[in-house]
Amino acid sequence: MTTRVGVIDWGGGNLGSVVRALRRVGGDPVLAAEPGGLAGCERLVFPGVGAFGDVLGGLRGRGFEPMLREAVEAGRPVLCVCVGLQALFEGSDETPEVPGLGLLRGRVRRFTAGKVPQIGWNRVEPAGGGAGGVVDDAYCYFVNSYYAAPEDPSVVAGWTDYGVRFASAVAWGPLTATQFHPEKSGDAGLGLLRRWLER
Amino acid sequence: MGLTKRIVPCLDVRDGRTVKGRRFVELVDAGDPVDLAARYDAEGADELVFLDITASIEDRGPMEQVLARVAERVFIPLTVGGGLRTAGDVERMLRAGADKVSLNTAAVLRPELLADVATRFGSQCAVLAVDARRTGPGRWEVVIHGGRTPTGKDALAWIREGVSRGAGEILLTSMDQDGTQAGFDLELTRAASRAVGVPIIASGGAGTRESIADVLTAGEADAALAASIFHFGAYTVGDVKRFLEARGIEVRQ
Repeated sequence: MTTRVGVIDWGGGNLGSVVRALRRVGGDPVLAAEPGGLAGCERLVFPGVGAFGDVLGGLRGRGFEPMLREAVEAGRPVLCVCVGLQALFEGSDETPEVPGLGLLRGRVRRFTAGKVPQIGWNRVEPAGGGAGGVVDDAYCYFVNSYYAAPEDPSVVAGWTDYGVRFASAVAWGPLTATQFHPEKSGDAGLGLLRRWLER
Repeated sequence: MGLTKRIVPCLDVRDGRTVKGRRFVELVDAGDPVDLAARYDAEGADELVFLDITASIEDRGPMEQVLARVAERVFIPLTVGGGLRTAGDVERMLRAGADKVSLNTAAVLRPELLADVATRFGSQCAVLAVDARRTGPGRWEVVIHGGRTPTGKDALAWIREGVSRGAGEILLTSMDQDGTQAGFDLELTRAASRAVGVPIIASGGAGTRESIADVLTAGEADAALAASIFHFGAYTVGDVKRFLEARGIEVRQ
Protein backbone atom coordinates (compact mmCIF):
# COMPACT_ATOMS: atom_id res chain seq x y z
CA MET A 1 0.00 0.00 0.00
CA THR A 2 1.71 3.13 -1.22
CA THR A 3 1.29 6.51 0.36
CA ARG A 4 -0.50 9.18 -1.65
CA VAL A 5 1.69 12.25 -1.54
CA GLY A 6 0.31 15.55 -2.78
CA VAL A 7 2.91 17.68 -4.54
CA ILE A 8 2.00 21.36 -4.59
CA ASP A 9 2.39 22.87 -8.07
CA TRP A 10 2.57 26.56 -7.24
CA GLY A 11 3.65 27.44 -10.78
CA GLY A 12 7.39 26.89 -10.84
CA GLY A 13 10.18 24.71 -9.64
CA ASN A 14 11.54 21.30 -10.51
CA LEU A 15 8.34 19.42 -9.90
CA GLY A 16 9.17 16.57 -12.25
CA SER A 17 12.32 15.70 -10.31
CA VAL A 18 10.46 15.69 -7.01
CA VAL A 19 7.71 13.48 -8.41
CA ARG A 20 10.21 11.01 -9.92
CA ALA A 21 12.19 10.79 -6.68
CA LEU A 22 9.07 10.19 -4.57
CA ARG A 23 7.98 7.45 -6.95
CA ARG A 24 11.46 5.94 -6.83
CA VAL A 25 11.27 5.50 -3.05
CA GLY A 26 7.85 3.90 -3.16
CA GLY A 27 5.48 6.85 -2.83
CA ASP A 28 2.47 7.57 -5.00
CA PRO A 29 2.90 11.26 -5.86
CA VAL A 30 0.00 13.33 -7.14
CA LEU A 31 0.77 16.70 -8.72
CA ALA A 32 -1.87 19.42 -8.73
CA ALA A 33 -2.07 23.12 -9.52
CA GLU A 34 -5.09 23.71 -7.28
CA PRO A 35 -5.90 22.45 -3.77
CA GLY A 36 -8.87 20.33 -4.89
CA GLY A 37 -6.49 18.12 -6.83
CA LEU A 38 -4.73 17.12 -3.62
CA ALA A 39 -7.80 16.25 -1.56
CA GLY A 40 -7.31 13.02 0.37
CA CYS A 41 -3.52 13.07 0.22
CA GLU A 42 -2.03 11.82 3.48
CA ARG A 43 1.13 13.85 3.00
CA LEU A 44 2.12 17.04 1.24
CA VAL A 45 5.33 18.16 -0.44
CA PHE A 46 6.02 21.84 -1.03
CA PRO A 47 8.91 22.02 -3.50
CA GLY A 48 10.61 25.26 -4.31
CA VAL A 49 12.96 26.53 -6.93
CA GLY A 50 12.59 30.24 -7.35
CA ALA A 51 12.48 33.54 -5.54
CA PHE A 52 10.83 33.84 -2.10
CA GLY A 53 8.19 36.28 -3.37
CA ASP A 54 7.32 34.16 -6.42
CA VAL A 55 6.95 30.99 -4.38
CA LEU A 56 4.67 32.59 -1.79
CA GLY A 57 2.79 34.50 -4.49
CA GLY A 58 2.18 31.26 -6.39
CA LEU A 59 1.23 29.36 -3.25
CA ARG A 60 -1.28 32.02 -2.16
CA GLY A 61 -2.51 32.83 -5.67
CA ARG A 62 -3.49 29.23 -6.26
CA GLY A 63 -5.15 28.91 -2.87
CA PHE A 64 -2.74 26.43 -1.28
CA GLU A 65 -1.99 28.39 1.90
CA PRO A 66 -5.13 27.34 3.88
CA MET A 67 -4.58 23.72 2.86
CA LEU A 68 -0.99 23.81 4.03
CA ARG A 69 -1.95 25.35 7.38
CA GLU A 70 -4.74 22.84 7.88
CA ALA A 71 -2.40 19.96 7.15
CA VAL A 72 0.06 21.23 9.76
CA GLU A 73 -2.69 21.79 12.34
CA ALA A 74 -4.08 18.31 11.69
CA GLY A 75 -0.60 16.85 12.11
CA ARG A 76 -0.33 15.54 8.54
CA PRO A 77 3.30 15.30 7.45
CA VAL A 78 4.52 18.13 5.21
CA LEU A 79 7.91 18.16 3.51
CA CYS A 80 9.23 21.49 2.26
CA VAL A 81 12.23 21.80 -0.04
CA CYS A 82 14.62 24.71 -0.68
CA VAL A 83 12.55 27.90 -0.92
CA GLY A 84 9.73 25.78 0.50
CA LEU A 85 11.77 25.66 3.74
CA GLN A 86 12.38 29.40 3.61
CA ALA A 87 8.65 30.06 3.09
CA LEU A 88 7.91 28.55 6.54
CA PHE A 89 9.64 31.49 8.24
CA GLU A 90 8.38 35.01 8.87
CA GLY A 91 10.07 36.82 6.00
CA SER A 92 13.09 37.03 3.75
CA ASP A 93 15.65 39.65 2.86
CA GLU A 94 15.13 38.52 -0.74
CA THR A 95 11.60 39.91 -0.90
CA PRO A 96 11.06 41.93 2.30
CA GLU A 97 7.58 43.13 1.29
CA VAL A 98 6.19 39.59 1.10
CA PRO A 99 5.41 37.93 4.43
CA GLY A 100 6.34 34.30 4.88
CA LEU A 101 3.98 31.71 6.32
CA GLY A 102 5.33 32.35 9.81
CA LEU A 103 4.88 28.73 10.90
CA LEU A 104 8.41 28.97 12.29
CA ARG A 105 9.97 32.04 13.89
CA GLY A 106 12.99 33.59 12.22
CA ARG A 107 14.05 35.29 9.01
CA VAL A 108 15.73 34.31 5.78
CA ARG A 109 19.04 36.01 5.11
CA ARG A 110 21.49 36.28 2.22
CA PHE A 111 24.91 34.60 2.26
CA THR A 112 27.65 37.17 2.60
CA ALA A 113 30.74 35.06 1.94
CA GLY A 114 31.85 32.87 -0.93
CA LYS A 115 30.29 32.59 -4.35
CA VAL A 116 26.56 33.33 -4.22
CA PRO A 117 24.47 31.36 -5.00
CA GLN A 118 25.97 28.36 -3.33
CA ILE A 119 25.79 25.70 -6.07
CA GLY A 120 27.03 22.22 -5.36
CA TRP A 121 27.45 19.53 -2.73
CA ASN A 122 27.90 20.53 0.88
CA ARG A 123 28.03 18.55 4.07
CA VAL A 124 24.96 18.23 6.26
CA GLU A 125 25.64 17.40 9.89
CA PRO A 126 22.69 16.02 11.86
CA ALA A 127 21.66 18.07 14.86
CA GLY A 128 21.10 16.41 18.20
CA GLY A 129 18.01 16.87 20.32
CA GLY A 130 14.36 16.83 19.33
CA ALA A 131 14.83 17.55 15.62
CA GLY A 132 17.61 15.01 15.24
CA GLY A 133 17.33 11.85 13.17
CA VAL A 134 15.93 13.56 10.06
CA VAL A 135 19.16 13.79 8.09
CA ASP A 136 22.21 11.58 7.79
CA ASP A 137 25.72 12.92 8.04
CA ALA A 138 26.09 13.22 4.27
CA TYR A 139 26.82 15.52 1.36
CA CYS A 140 23.73 16.97 -0.24
CA TYR A 141 23.08 19.16 -3.27
CA PHE A 142 22.36 22.85 -2.68
CA VAL A 143 21.39 25.75 -4.91
CA ASN A 144 20.66 28.79 -2.78
CA SER A 145 21.59 32.39 -2.18
CA TYR A 146 19.58 32.66 1.05
CA TYR A 147 19.32 30.60 4.21
CA ALA A 148 16.87 30.50 7.09
CA ALA A 149 17.95 31.65 10.55
CA PRO A 150 15.50 30.04 13.00
CA GLU A 151 15.00 31.84 16.31
CA ASP A 152 14.48 28.55 18.07
CA PRO A 153 17.56 26.34 17.63
CA SER A 154 15.61 23.26 18.71
CA VAL A 155 13.90 23.12 15.28
CA VAL A 156 17.23 22.65 13.52
CA ALA A 157 17.66 19.11 12.20
CA GLY A 158 20.85 19.64 10.24
CA TRP A 159 23.68 22.15 10.06
CA THR A 160 25.84 23.17 7.11
CA ASP A 161 28.74 25.61 6.72
CA TYR A 162 28.88 28.12 3.92
CA GLY A 163 30.72 31.11 5.29
CA VAL A 164 28.10 30.94 8.03
CA ARG A 165 26.80 27.89 9.90
CA PHE A 166 23.20 27.64 8.80
CA ALA A 167 20.17 25.41 9.28
CA SER A 168 20.17 23.12 6.23
CA ALA A 169 17.29 21.06 7.60
CA VAL A 170 14.54 21.84 10.10
CA ALA A 171 11.85 19.73 11.70
CA TRP A 172 9.00 20.69 13.96
CA GLY A 173 5.88 18.62 14.62
CA PRO A 174 4.55 17.48 11.24
CA LEU A 175 6.96 19.76 9.35
CA THR A 176 10.17 18.51 7.80
CA ALA A 177 12.14 20.86 5.58
CA THR A 178 15.45 20.84 3.79
CA GLN A 179 17.38 23.69 2.25
CA PHE A 180 19.14 21.18 -0.01
CA HIS A 181 17.41 19.20 -2.75
CA PRO A 182 16.84 15.60 -1.59
CA GLU A 183 15.53 14.78 -5.07
CA LYS A 184 18.97 15.67 -6.48
CA SER A 185 21.19 14.44 -3.64
CA GLY A 186 21.74 10.89 -4.83
CA ASP A 187 21.39 8.08 -2.31
CA ALA A 188 21.51 10.45 0.69
CA GLY A 189 18.52 12.36 -0.65
CA LEU A 190 16.53 9.28 -1.63
CA GLY A 191 17.20 7.86 1.83
CA LEU A 192 15.77 10.98 3.47
CA LEU A 193 12.66 10.81 1.28
CA ARG A 194 12.19 7.11 2.01
CA ARG A 195 12.46 7.66 5.76
CA TRP A 196 10.07 10.61 5.55
CA LEU A 197 7.49 8.45 3.73
CA GLU A 198 7.81 5.73 6.35
CA ARG A 199 7.76 7.93 9.41
CA MET B 1 34.00 23.73 5.24
CA GLY B 2 31.97 24.77 2.23
CA LEU B 3 31.32 23.10 -1.05
CA THR B 4 33.08 20.05 -2.34
CA LYS B 5 34.81 20.13 -5.69
CA ARG B 6 32.64 18.44 -8.29
CA ILE B 7 33.52 15.76 -10.83
CA VAL B 8 31.27 16.00 -13.85
CA PRO B 9 31.37 13.32 -16.53
CA CYS B 10 30.23 14.63 -19.88
CA LEU B 11 28.37 12.55 -22.43
CA ASP B 12 28.32 13.73 -26.03
CA VAL B 13 25.10 12.36 -27.46
CA ARG B 14 24.35 11.99 -31.17
CA ASP B 15 21.05 10.51 -32.30
CA GLY B 16 20.59 8.94 -28.86
CA ARG B 17 24.08 7.33 -28.61
CA THR B 18 27.14 8.47 -26.66
CA VAL B 19 30.06 9.45 -28.89
CA LYS B 20 33.46 10.95 -28.22
CA GLY B 21 35.66 12.99 -30.54
CA ARG B 22 39.01 14.70 -30.49
CA ARG B 23 39.09 18.43 -31.05
CA PHE B 24 35.41 18.34 -31.99
CA VAL B 25 35.87 15.77 -34.82
CA GLU B 26 36.68 12.02 -35.31
CA LEU B 27 33.69 10.55 -33.48
CA VAL B 28 33.85 7.13 -31.81
CA ASP B 29 30.84 5.26 -30.34
CA ALA B 30 31.01 5.17 -26.52
CA GLY B 31 27.81 3.34 -25.61
CA ASP B 32 24.23 3.84 -24.42
CA PRO B 33 23.96 7.15 -22.57
CA VAL B 34 21.44 5.86 -20.04
CA ASP B 35 23.65 2.93 -18.98
CA LEU B 36 26.68 5.17 -18.90
CA ALA B 37 24.85 7.79 -16.82
CA ALA B 38 23.76 5.14 -14.30
CA ARG B 39 27.31 3.82 -14.09
CA TYR B 40 28.80 7.25 -13.46
CA ASP B 41 26.16 7.95 -10.82
CA ALA B 42 26.99 4.67 -9.07
CA GLU B 43 30.69 5.59 -9.17
CA GLY B 44 30.04 8.90 -7.43
CA ALA B 45 29.64 11.48 -10.21
CA ASP B 46 28.41 14.78 -8.74
CA GLU B 47 26.39 15.70 -11.78
CA LEU B 48 26.16 14.82 -15.44
CA VAL B 49 26.34 16.92 -18.58
CA PHE B 50 24.78 15.77 -21.84
CA LEU B 51 25.83 17.59 -24.97
CA ASP B 52 23.53 16.92 -27.89
CA ILE B 53 25.66 16.95 -31.01
CA THR B 54 22.92 15.64 -33.26
CA ALA B 55 23.69 16.94 -36.71
CA SER B 56 20.17 17.97 -37.64
CA ILE B 57 18.62 20.68 -35.52
CA GLU B 58 15.15 19.37 -36.43
CA ASP B 59 15.68 16.02 -34.71
CA ARG B 60 16.10 16.67 -31.00
CA GLY B 61 13.56 14.07 -29.93
CA PRO B 62 16.10 11.34 -29.05
CA MET B 63 17.83 13.69 -26.57
CA GLU B 64 14.59 14.26 -24.71
CA GLN B 65 13.99 10.52 -24.56
CA VAL B 66 17.50 9.98 -23.19
CA LEU B 67 16.93 12.65 -20.52
CA ALA B 68 13.58 11.21 -19.53
CA ARG B 69 15.08 7.74 -19.12
CA VAL B 70 18.11 9.01 -17.20
CA ALA B 71 15.97 11.13 -14.87
CA GLU B 72 14.01 8.04 -13.81
CA ARG B 73 17.20 6.30 -12.71
CA VAL B 74 19.69 8.95 -11.67
CA PHE B 75 18.99 11.47 -8.89
CA ILE B 76 21.80 13.98 -9.27
CA PRO B 77 21.76 17.23 -11.28
CA LEU B 78 21.50 16.78 -15.04
CA THR B 79 22.58 19.46 -17.50
CA VAL B 80 21.83 19.37 -21.20
CA GLY B 81 23.25 21.52 -23.97
CA GLY B 82 23.75 21.58 -27.68
CA GLY B 83 21.54 23.27 -30.22
CA LEU B 84 19.22 24.99 -27.73
CA ARG B 85 18.09 28.26 -29.33
CA THR B 86 15.00 29.50 -27.57
CA ALA B 87 13.36 29.56 -24.16
CA GLY B 88 10.91 27.06 -25.65
CA ASP B 89 13.77 24.63 -26.37
CA VAL B 90 14.93 25.10 -22.79
CA GLU B 91 11.47 24.44 -21.41
CA ARG B 92 11.21 21.18 -23.37
CA MET B 93 14.53 19.95 -21.96
CA LEU B 94 13.64 20.91 -18.39
CA ARG B 95 10.30 19.16 -18.77
CA ALA B 96 12.03 16.05 -20.12
CA GLY B 97 14.12 15.82 -16.94
CA ALA B 98 17.05 18.24 -17.17
CA ASP B 99 17.81 20.48 -14.19
CA LYS B 100 20.00 22.93 -16.08
CA VAL B 101 20.63 23.86 -19.68
CA SER B 102 23.89 24.93 -21.17
CA LEU B 103 23.69 27.72 -23.74
CA ASN B 104 26.56 28.41 -26.09
CA THR B 105 26.17 29.62 -29.70
CA ALA B 106 22.62 30.88 -29.22
CA ALA B 107 23.69 33.00 -26.24
CA VAL B 108 26.44 34.65 -28.29
CA LEU B 109 24.14 35.33 -31.22
CA ARG B 110 21.28 36.49 -29.00
CA PRO B 111 22.58 37.42 -25.52
CA GLU B 112 19.08 38.32 -24.29
CA LEU B 113 18.35 34.55 -24.32
CA LEU B 114 20.31 34.24 -21.05
CA ALA B 115 18.16 36.81 -19.29
CA ASP B 116 15.06 35.25 -20.77
CA VAL B 117 15.95 31.80 -19.43
CA ALA B 118 17.15 33.14 -16.08
CA THR B 119 13.96 35.12 -15.57
CA ARG B 120 11.62 32.28 -16.53
CA PHE B 121 13.42 29.33 -14.97
CA GLY B 122 16.00 30.85 -12.59
CA SER B 123 19.72 31.54 -12.89
CA GLN B 124 20.42 28.18 -11.27
CA CYS B 125 19.42 26.46 -14.47
CA ALA B 126 21.17 28.81 -16.92
CA VAL B 127 24.69 27.56 -17.60
CA LEU B 128 26.71 29.61 -20.05
CA ALA B 129 28.99 27.36 -22.09
CA VAL B 130 32.01 29.11 -23.53
CA ASP B 131 34.41 27.51 -25.99
CA ALA B 132 37.60 29.55 -25.77
CA ARG B 133 40.69 29.49 -27.95
CA ARG B 134 43.95 31.06 -26.90
CA THR B 135 44.95 34.00 -29.11
CA GLY B 136 47.88 35.35 -27.10
CA PRO B 137 49.31 35.62 -23.60
CA GLY B 138 46.37 35.89 -21.20
CA ARG B 139 43.93 36.28 -24.09
CA TRP B 140 41.25 33.94 -25.35
CA GLU B 141 38.64 34.28 -28.04
CA VAL B 142 35.11 32.87 -27.99
CA VAL B 143 34.46 30.32 -30.75
CA ILE B 144 30.94 29.18 -31.63
CA HIS B 145 29.18 26.64 -33.84
CA GLY B 146 30.92 23.70 -32.21
CA GLY B 147 34.38 25.15 -32.65
CA ARG B 148 34.02 26.28 -36.25
CA THR B 149 33.33 30.01 -36.04
CA PRO B 150 35.68 32.44 -34.31
CA THR B 151 33.81 35.47 -33.01
CA GLY B 152 36.58 37.91 -32.15
CA LYS B 153 34.87 38.24 -28.73
CA ASP B 154 37.14 38.27 -25.68
CA ALA B 155 36.29 35.19 -23.60
CA LEU B 156 36.69 36.81 -20.17
CA ALA B 157 34.63 39.85 -21.16
CA TRP B 158 31.92 37.55 -22.50
CA ILE B 159 31.91 35.49 -19.30
CA ARG B 160 31.44 38.67 -17.24
CA GLU B 161 28.66 39.81 -19.53
CA GLY B 162 27.00 36.39 -19.41
CA VAL B 163 26.91 36.42 -15.63
CA SER B 164 25.52 39.95 -15.56
CA ARG B 165 22.77 38.72 -17.93
CA GLY B 166 21.82 35.89 -15.59
CA ALA B 167 24.10 32.88 -16.14
CA GLY B 168 24.38 30.92 -12.89
CA GLU B 169 27.39 28.82 -13.85
CA ILE B 170 30.08 28.82 -16.53
CA LEU B 171 31.05 25.70 -18.42
CA LEU B 172 34.40 26.74 -19.82
CA THR B 173 36.08 24.64 -22.49
CA SER B 174 39.59 25.23 -23.69
CA MET B 175 39.47 24.39 -27.38
CA ASP B 176 43.24 24.10 -27.48
CA GLN B 177 43.17 21.35 -24.87
CA ASP B 178 39.85 19.63 -25.67
CA GLY B 179 40.16 15.92 -26.40
CA THR B 180 43.96 15.97 -26.09
CA GLN B 181 44.10 14.66 -22.51
CA ALA B 182 47.10 16.97 -22.13
CA GLY B 183 45.82 18.86 -19.09
CA PHE B 184 43.50 21.83 -18.64
CA ASP B 185 44.34 25.43 -19.51
CA LEU B 186 44.91 26.46 -15.89
CA GLU B 187 45.54 30.09 -16.72
CA LEU B 188 42.17 30.32 -18.47
CA THR B 189 40.16 28.70 -15.68
CA ARG B 190 41.91 30.76 -13.01
CA ALA B 191 41.28 34.00 -14.89
CA ALA B 192 37.61 33.11 -15.35
CA SER B 193 37.20 32.05 -11.71
CA ARG B 194 38.57 35.39 -10.56
CA ALA B 195 36.47 37.33 -13.09
CA VAL B 196 33.04 36.23 -11.84
CA GLY B 197 31.28 35.10 -8.67
CA VAL B 198 29.62 31.99 -10.10
CA PRO B 199 31.04 28.47 -10.30
CA ILE B 200 33.45 27.58 -13.10
CA ILE B 201 33.20 24.09 -14.54
CA ALA B 202 36.51 23.48 -16.28
CA SER B 203 36.50 21.42 -19.44
CA GLY B 204 38.96 20.36 -22.08
CA GLY B 205 42.12 18.42 -21.47
CA ALA B 206 41.40 16.07 -18.55
CA GLY B 207 43.79 13.19 -19.08
CA THR B 208 45.19 12.21 -15.74
CA ARG B 209 44.05 12.41 -12.16
CA GLU B 210 46.83 14.94 -11.58
CA SER B 211 45.45 17.22 -14.28
CA ILE B 212 42.07 17.19 -12.55
CA ALA B 213 43.65 17.94 -9.18
CA ASP B 214 45.58 20.79 -10.80
CA VAL B 215 42.56 22.50 -12.32
CA LEU B 216 40.67 22.30 -9.01
CA THR B 217 43.56 23.83 -7.06
CA ALA B 218 45.95 25.94 -9.16
CA GLY B 219 43.23 26.42 -11.80
CA GLU B 220 40.73 27.57 -9.10
CA ALA B 221 37.87 25.74 -10.83
CA ASP B 222 34.84 24.61 -8.83
CA ALA B 223 34.24 21.52 -10.92
CA ALA B 224 36.05 19.48 -13.53
CA LEU B 225 34.31 18.01 -16.54
CA ALA B 226 35.77 15.01 -18.31
CA ALA B 227 34.70 12.52 -20.93
CA SER B 228 37.41 10.36 -22.51
CA ILE B 229 39.13 9.25 -19.33
CA PHE B 230 35.84 7.91 -17.98
CA HIS B 231 34.29 6.52 -21.20
CA PHE B 232 37.28 4.47 -22.15
CA GLY B 233 37.93 3.18 -18.67
CA ALA B 234 41.28 4.80 -17.85
CA TYR B 235 39.84 5.75 -14.45
CA THR B 236 36.50 5.53 -12.74
CA VAL B 237 34.96 8.58 -11.11
CA GLY B 238 35.69 6.89 -7.78
CA ASP B 239 39.39 6.52 -8.66
CA VAL B 240 39.61 10.22 -9.38
CA LYS B 241 37.80 11.17 -6.18
CA ARG B 242 39.97 8.96 -4.00
CA PHE B 243 43.03 10.52 -5.62
CA LEU B 244 41.71 14.04 -4.95
CA GLU B 245 40.81 13.23 -1.36
CA ALA B 246 44.29 11.86 -0.72
CA ARG B 247 45.60 15.24 -1.83
CA GLY B 248 43.42 17.07 0.65
CA ILE B 249 40.78 18.21 -1.86
CA GLU B 250 37.29 17.88 -0.39
CA VAL B 251 35.02 15.74 -2.53
CA ARG B 252 31.73 13.95 -1.92
CA GLN B 253 32.45 10.29 -1.22
